[in-house]
Amino acid sequence: MTRRRVVTGSVLLALLAGAVVWAVSPKSTAYTAENRMITVRSGPGGDEPVDLDTTFYLPDGASADSKVPAVLLAHGFGGTKNTVKTDAEDLVGIGYAVLSFTARGFGRSGGQIHLDNPDYEVRDAQRLLDWLATRPEIRTDAAGDPRVGVVGGSYGGGLALMLAAQDPRVDAIVPMITWNDLSRSFLPEATGKSPVDGVLKKGWAGLFFGSGSAGPGGTGGLGNLGTPGPAAGVDPGAVSGGAASPAAGAGGTAVGPGASASPLPGVRPPSPGAPASPGPTAAPGSVVPPGNRGADPQCGRFARDVCQAYLQIGAAGTGTEEAVALLRKSSPAGVLNRIKAPTLLIQGAADTLFPLSEADANARGIAANGTPVRVAWFTGGHDGGSGPDSDRDRLKYLTGQWLGHYVKGEGAAPGQSFTWSRISGFNALDRGLVASGYSFADYPGISGRSTRSVTVAGPPQSIANPPDGNPAAISSLPMAQGLSSFLDGIAGDLSGQHARFESRPLDHPVDVVGAPTVTIRAASPTGEAVLFVKLYDVDPKGGATLSSGLIAPVRLTGLPADLAGARPAAVTLPAIVRRIEAGNRLRIVVATADQAYATPIQPTVYQVGLGDGTTSTVALPTVPGDPIATPGVLWRWVLIGLLVAIALGLVAVVLIARRRHRRMDTSVTAEYADTPLVVRELRKEYADGFVAVSRVDFTVERGQVVGLLGPNGAGKTTTLRVLMGLTQPSAGEIYVFGHRLVPGSPVLSRIGALVEGPGFLPHLTGLENLRSYWRATGRPLADAHFEEALETAGLGDSVHRKIKTYSHGMKQRLAIAQAMLGLPELLVLDEPTDGLDPPQIAEMRRVLKRYATGGRAVLVSSHLLAEVEQTCTHAVVVNKGVIVASGPVAELVGESPSVHLDVSDVEAAQQVLGRIAGVRSVATEGGTGLVVDINGTPRSEVVAELVRAGVGVDRVMPRRRLEDAFLALVGDNSRGSGDR
Amino acid sequence: MSTVRSAGAGTAPDSAGAARGYRPQATLSIWTEVRRQASRRRTQLALGFMILLPVIVLIAFQFEGNGDDRERGGEFSSLIELATAGGLNFTLFSIFVSASFLLVVIVALFCGDTVASEASWGSLRYLLAIPVPRARLLAVKLVVALAYSALALLLLAGTALLIGTLRYGWAPLRSTVAAEIPPGEGLLRLLGILGYLAVMLMIVAGLAFLLSVSTDAALGAVGGAVLLWILSSILDQITALGVLRHFLPTHYSTAWLGLLSTPVQTDDIVRGCISAICYATVFWSLAFWRFTRKDVVS
Repeated sequence: MTRRRVVTGSVLLALLAGAVVWAVSPKSTAYTAENRMITVRSGPGGDEPVDLDTTFYLPDGASADSKVPAVLLAHGFGGTKNTVKTDAEDLVGIGYAVLSFTARGFGRSGGQIHLDNPDYEVRDAQRLLDWLATRPEIRTDAAGDPRVGVVGGSYGGGLALMLAAQDPRVDAIVPMITWNDLSRSFLPEATGKSPVDGVLKKGWAGLFFGSGSAGPGGTGGLGNLGTPGPAAGVDPGAVSGGAASPAAGAGGTAVGPGASASPLPGVRPPSPGAPASPGPTAAPGSVVPPGNRGADPQCGRFARDVCQAYLQIGAAGTGTEEAVALLRKSSPAGVLNRIKAPTLLIQGAADTLFPLSEADANARGIAANGTPVRVAWFTGGHDGGSGPDSDRDRLKYLTGQWLGHYVKGEGAAPGQSFTWSRISGFNALDRGLVASGYSFADYPGISGRSTRSVTVAGPPQSIANPPDGNPAAISSLPMAQGLSSFLDGIAGDLSGQHARFESRPLDHPVDVVGAPTVTIRAASPTGEAVLFVKLYDVDPKGGATLSSGLIAPVRLTGLPADLAGARPAAVTLPAIVRRIEAGNRLRIVVATADQAYATPIQPTVYQVGLGDGTTSTVALPTVPGDPIATPGVLWRWVLIGLLVAIALGLVAVVLIARRRHRRMDTSVTAEYADTPLVVRELRKEYADGFVAVSRVDFTVERGQVVGLLGPNGAGKTTTLRVLMGLTQPSAGEIYVFGHRLVPGSPVLSRIGALVEGPGFLPHLTGLENLRSYWRATGRPLADAHFEEALETAGLGDSVHRKIKTYSHGMKQRLAIAQAMLGLPELLVLDEPTDGLDPPQIAEMRRVLKRYATGGRAVLVSSHLLAEVEQTCTHAVVVNKGVIVASGPVAELVGESPSVHLDVSDVEAAQQVLGRIAGVRSVATEGGTGLVVDINGTPRSEVVAELVRAGVGVDRVMPRRRLEDAFLALVGDNSRGSGDR
Repeated sequence: MSTVRSAGAGTAPDSAGAARGYRPQATLSIWTEVRRQASRRRTQLALGFMILLPVIVLIAFQFEGNGDDRERGGEFSSLIELATAGGLNFTLFSIFVSASFLLVVIVALFCGDTVASEASWGSLRYLLAIPVPRARLLAVKLVVALAYSALALLLLAGTALLIGTLRYGWAPLRSTVAAEIPPGEGLLRLLGILGYLAVMLMIVAGLAFLLSVSTDAALGAVGGAVLLWILSSILDQITALGVLRHFLPTHYSTAWLGLLSTPVQTDDIVRGCISAICYATVFWSLAFWRFTRKDVVS
């Protein structure tokens, strides 16, 4: 591990860590938030003060010189200004000043709940507009008229509509999942009767009332009523997108534990909620007008008249003129003709509280004035939450665009196309729902653009109304969100309480967008019947699905006792968005009781049948939508682009490689053209700085057997690696027959090599290995000369055994044979006799000598002097990466001017030798040995001198040059001179 | 040992100085490499296991039905119930149980072992001294390793489909996420799933291949690739990483489930393909860049 690597690694690690921190850390948004209690005067006389808890968000940079438009942000029923915090942050992030406030009767705000009453909540909001107009940072259209949009979901959406109707200063509104007629929402009737004759939606009514009467903070039970989708996830939605989804989930699921007393609507008596609640979260100092909580166990923070209306309806289980009148006062229905502010209506398809028909009524009413209206449906709602990402992104975009044009004054006028989405499956990764979006040029209403008729059939049936609506089917659980889809298994239609009518399997799939209709007939001994009509999508296996748990309650009056005399009644089923696949059936179910609704207490038996006797036509509205492009489409293009880029890149790389290959130097250096090998000033320095070869020059001529001699680690193997193109030289050149050699040079094909021991595939036999190797060369089989090679190896029948059974020597011989395949002109063998026994070594010498005849050459590396001396014609001695001697072996091995003497007295001998004129140097070797350079002085004379001086001479050995050179390298050091 | 004839045949050089008959583009043909790998025991075992696995699973299913399992319920037992619904479902089950680990190991084995094992045997330097051009050597090795990986995938699916259909019949494809899919279309979906898995496994292939040219230890390359894959899977479980998880190579590894719903959910599949192709391209480019420059010292 070099230092450079450490540095590189550290830098990379630091960058990675930085990226992680950047991605995970929360982004700070540039705004200031100011909490304040604003006291407004409202009420019928405009003189009743009430404190509203507000937060004013101002984007950085907004000032009196740089004014910004404003958005008044209202929360859902049971929420506070804090439940819309993320939405506020999103809006302030796109340049709006946002005023969020807690409506009267909730949280820390004072006053009582009047249900968006024009004299109270709406007037409160008007005063807040006044307040906005006084802020110097807010853009105004005229004195006291701020440039402002109103955004809110559910309760807040109702406020937005009512405020726009009552105050012309509002420039645009985005009401989400809200009502048109509150009385119809709580007392629906699907044959078009007035809410007075409606069927009480007791589940929702109980929840709605319970959350308002629970007091400030309440039990938390319905803290987010009305905000499950919009306020927390969608309307932000509109603006916030993904980040808000956890909040939405939390908002929805909080219902369970919080409202532990009433998970099932209708089970819980509405009134005891308030006294039972300990009200633990009432913060000290909170501005709760005395007398709201605890003082009135029945009404909590509801205003008296609202409370009375609920008590009336709840007790009767039906509507009363008085209560309906009160609820109507809190509804936009009557004032739509006064709305001039462009309106973006967002409504959820999974909403049993405020179904799509509510938005439809609003849209038609507002559009009648010529006011721009745009309608968007999504797959969430009070039951369905904020919907999948694609929905949130769409609503966010639409809201931003709407406010951008009509409030901020940026961008072209938004179109008025109708967009909707349909659940199309599950997301495989996070198991969430996936919705696909569609759009159509203009809003067709819930009756669709066209209709598809399907006939359902079935005989008249008798069904029983259970006493007090118990037991009853459970079509939906208010705010249970996804739970509704599992209800079929829990409490579907109860036997005896419902009649079924089915269609034949559909030939083609139908995309239902809108409210289907069907006609039924009923007979009742009491002359009256409350029935619930449901449309099921039944797959071929019998699985029936009730879209979003939506059902149509009807109250039929003036019924005969016998079905024969009954008149058909047209039932408008709830608007749905659903694809009914080909092969599926439609099933119309008429049931007598449902948990979500109040039904007659008296047990009765009704007879029900279809409108046309035993058949009826179900009209399914459809809208020809164009799919909305999702980011998925973009990614598809990215994928295509990526593939094209890779293909182009690949082509470019290949072209560059070809070109480089063509421009590669194929010229032949004439002076070396007939020389098998020329090595010039070769240097190899490894990445860690180790210089294995510092400077090596030598030449191998035809007919030569050259020995590369040197101790272990001298650089022999490195030289051969470079020679074989395995490693890149740091400097210097190698020429093979005049061709410059680089890794992969074609001229390598004329070299046969054994470098660093044999390398075979252990699972193949020796022969298979040779064949496999030769196949890899791609050269003709005839050129291989297997017979010669195998003869050289001399392995006999062992060539048919697997390599893994071979001894080292056998592998070595096979490797030499492999090197000789094709009879290359230059044979390079690294320590060829390694592992061979003496007779084989002797044979190898003969083979190599013979091989070099006929113009071929052999380069043998060895650390054994004797081997080189006996095998080679020439030798190159390397040590520590440099050449220390080279030349013909005969020359190198020839008589040396020095002699080795073993003497009895080394010191005396040294003195004697020092006196002899011809002696150039004396060196000790071992205990009794001396190496003396006698420089031509006759050996006999030197011995005579020593003997004369009384020094005993045990042995006299002439030295040879190569040995000299070699021993000089090795020296006295037994470690081996090559170790550096 | 015997004599060597001093034949001068086969040595007439061309302009590049190559021996007669030598052409760089003819060295180490794909077929040669296929045979080299086919003769290896690990190749035979790995491919054999791909055939054996569905058989073992099928036999194991025969022991089911004692009634004890029903009590435990849970997701897995319903999966098994689905698995025996037909040949297509059995195939889907076989793929499902092997996709997350077994196939990763198999692909890592084929792609991680291919160069590293040659290096550890020492045969790599003889191939390079032939000389097989380095880029060609790598390309051939990669193509053959990928072909064997694909073969393994197909063998697994093919065997499962065959024995599953023989045992459980040719029935529509059922799943927990969507309605039944008719057999013909189900087969197409299955092929789509296989295709997507193949694309995802390219990440493993790329990583293993890069490690293979970087080390002489075949085990290091195979194990390293599998370990990094597991690490990525673990990190993907940590939701706190947020958006970063989208950049993990394993993040989209189960997106093929989208092919089971109706209509097909392709968004994550497309993103997964982009992720996989980017990773594979980077890994393979690095492998080529490194191998064509490195000193082979093994």
